[in-house]
Amino acid sequence: MTPQARFAEISRNPLLSPKQKSGLLALEAEASIPYVAISAAVKQAMAQGAICDMFEGHAPFKPRYVLPDYAKYLKNGSEYLELAPAQDLDEALNALTIIYHHVPSVTNIPVYLGQLDDVLLPYCQGLDDDTIYRKLKLFWIMLDRTLPDAFMHVNIGPTDNIVCRTILRIDAELKQIAPNLTFMYDPAVTPDELLQIAASNICECSKPHIANYPIHASTFDQQGFGIVSCYNSLPLAGGANTLVRLNLKEVALQASSIGDFFTNVLPHYCQLTFELIDARATFLHQESNFFNSFLVQEGLIEESRFAPMFGIYGMAEAVNILQGTPDFNEDSLDKPSNHYGHNAAANELGHQISKALDAIVKSTPVKFGYNGRALLHSQGGMNTDRDVTPGVRIPYGTEPNPITHIQALAEHHQYYTSGISDILTIDETVKANPQAMMQLCKGALKLGFREFSANVATNDLVRVTGYMVKLSDIARYKEQGSRTNTTSLGADAAQNTNILARQPRVVAHELTPAHSK
Amino acid sequence: MGRVATVNNIINFSCVDGPGSRLVIFMQGCNFNCKNCHNPYTIDMCDSCGDCVASCPANALSLTHNAQGKPKVEWHSELCTQCDTCLSICPKQSSPKTRQYSVPQVLALIRKQVFFINGITVSGGEATLQLPFIIELFQAIKSSDDLSHLSCMIDSNGYLATNAWQQVMPYLDGAMIDLKSWQQQTHRYITNRDNHRVFASLKLLAEQDKLYEIRLLHIPGVSDFDSEIDAVAAYLKQLPASVRVKLNAFQQHGVTGEARLWESCTEQQMQTLAARLTERGVANLILPNVYL
Ligand code: SF4
Ligand code: SF4
Repeated sequence: MTPQARFAEISRNPLLSPKQKSGLLALEAEASIPYVAISAAVKQAMAQGAICDMFEGHAPFKPRYVLPDYAKYLKNGSEYLELAPAQDLDEALNALTIIYHHVPSVTNIPVYLGQLDDVLLPYCQGLDDDTIYRKLKLFWIMLDRTLPDAFMHVNIGPTDNIVCRTILRIDAELKQIAPNLTFMYDPAVTPDELLQIAASNICECSKPHIANYPIHASTFDQQGFGIVSCYNSLPLAGGANTLVRLNLKEVALQASSIGDFFTNVLPHYCQLTFELIDARATFLHQESNFFNSFLVQEGLIEESRFAPMFGIYGMAEAVNILQGTPDFNEDSLDKPSNHYGHNAAANELGHQISKALDAIVKSTPVKFGYNGRALLHSQGGMNTDRDVTPGVRIPYGTEPNPITHIQALAEHHQYYTSGISDILTIDETVKANPQAMMQLCKGALKLGFREFSANVATNDLVRVTGYMVKLSDIARYKEQGSRTNTTSLGADAAQNTNILARQPRVVAHELTPAHSK
Repeated sequence: MGRVATVNNIINFSCVDGPGSRLVIFMQGCNFNCKNCHNPYTIDMCDSCGDCVASCPANALSLTHNAQGKPKVEWHSELCTQCDTCLSICPKQSSPKTRQYSVPQVLALIRKQVFFINGITVSGGEATLQLPFIIELFQAIKSSDDLSHLSCMIDSNGYLATNAWQQVMPYLDGAMIDLKSWQQQTHRYITNRDNHRVFASLKLLAEQDKLYEIRLLHIPGVSDFDSEIDAVAAYLKQLPASVRVKLNAFQQHGVTGEARLWESCTEQQMQTLAARLTERGVANLILPNVYL
């Protein structure tokens, strides 16, 4: 198809809103800019599907993820936006609403909306609970309707405070796709009763997801961090300049043995990944003029706090290929298995791969990084992925029971400093027993999980790869289009990958009704 | 010390066998013979007759003899494909797929996932047939610093004699008891036993504040909770308010014999029963969340 024909097709699409059309047309234009200069080897690795630039565009003129220091913004006001410092909650919410439209990201919608309890608490003094509730509820509805993207992320916790509690209450009531929500948990600070509220919310609407605050906090410096988009943890007042991901399945296919994989093939492909990272980051930092933005001038972000994310996916396939384990099929589901996720040796090989990646990423300098380095990331999948599993996850539909699932993967989590998620799908029996959800969460975090995300099987609102969609929206989109940007991604993802086959599992259910007397 | 239990299965995460997340041990063997049993192969103990060995398509079963020449069926779980052919062959309503666990072995299993669970539940079969093992296990849990926070629950048909309940009481946090029918004849028809001892167990556990849940299995046209609704409601109302009244809907799946002719309980029928109990002042009703 000629570019003109593609533009014309987008402009006539019956399912897209004018705004969505503008966005897609802009992407097409970006794709016609010549690609940043890279070697033939990198080009080839990209063509074969081993390395992927996440469709960030040929010449990145904005960082992938930006995490402005919103507290500073409210405190100082903004010369560029002609705003005085916020004096009360109304002004604070109004100022946030304004700046969100000026925070770029790969999707053009801000992926980070702030650690909202810390940011807003100073403006809630003297307000009664009901007033806070009414104002935040309107704010929440505004976010979902004007910035309808499930990658957009609010952080709350680990402290117990009125804003945190009110947001949890509103989020469970409204069950919106946006914003996405992370609750930080710190066993030394967060009361159990508050964690229980968050866990009960998961039973209601598969949100929030729960971050292991002490682990994340110790990964970054005093200035702090935020969780954005789907489970990326990044420096506050900074972000990710780019994300390049390595397909471990393709890498494993190139290796003649496990030894060859570790000594030759993996290091080689990592070098190619770093080359692409540096080429993309260099354009952004040196040619795009992004860092002249008011966000930098007013001190809301700092260029030195942007890091490239070194993403990986396809761990499950890589391990099975390296061990010569045939593909999973229906027959093998209930048998003792040699597969990744089900077998100690396979899991162990996976952990070794993560450890090797960690050593490479921690010892390889990048041109524009956080302390001069990229950050390792277990990438949560894309809607175009086929026959390859996101990050280090266990393939859809083959997951063992939740505890075995967590135990198989916990070891990986220490290495993925910029985020890793495994979504646990839990049977709906947990709805009547939110205490079980909380205990599962506590166990996972205790074992070193950086993040705990769960889907309750019958929930309409589910995580697809890492963002939320409503199942009913997927069905409806087929007929009439959707207000929400991510629903079209979700609809593709559901068709291309086995996402909806992800097994709902509570072990008791395997035996039900066999053991129900 | 040194007791072992015959265990049909252990699952490490259940949301439906007591409060919170639980490890559940399903013991082999039952003293009821319920027509509606969904897993009749847990009712009797295997006597190692060997009939099932040859039928196993995966060669996962073998027959060995000890020094005295006593036969013993062995199950090699790593070869088993869970085809359940052995269960259909067994003339005794038993299963060769059981395992012996000592108390230290069970404790090791619990320790492996102690962070994920709020407690353990022994179920079955009928767990209380192996009461001495349970007492030893619960005692060990309660006296270990790293495990004593776990709650210990028993899921039972309630046939255990009251003096036996007394023995486990100091270590027991709560029990889930099935009441299979209101009237004596109906109970006898369904389970082959009378229900006096079930009521005695319920009374004792309620008095000691150890009755976590009473479970009523509604089999439309067979069980009698609907025809005896006033008496049932009056009985449930005098139980402590904290007791969960769990209504289970009979499902045909997995049953054998004449129960296959019984109708499954629909969501509608369940709602009707629940509404009639509510009208009569029964609170704390828990309804099924899935109907097959
Ligand atoms: S279920 Fe029974 S018959 Fe089937 S493989 Fe296992 S032991 Fe053999
Ligand atoms: S399981 Fe049944 S058939 Fe097999 S040895 Fe035991 S009693 Fe015999």
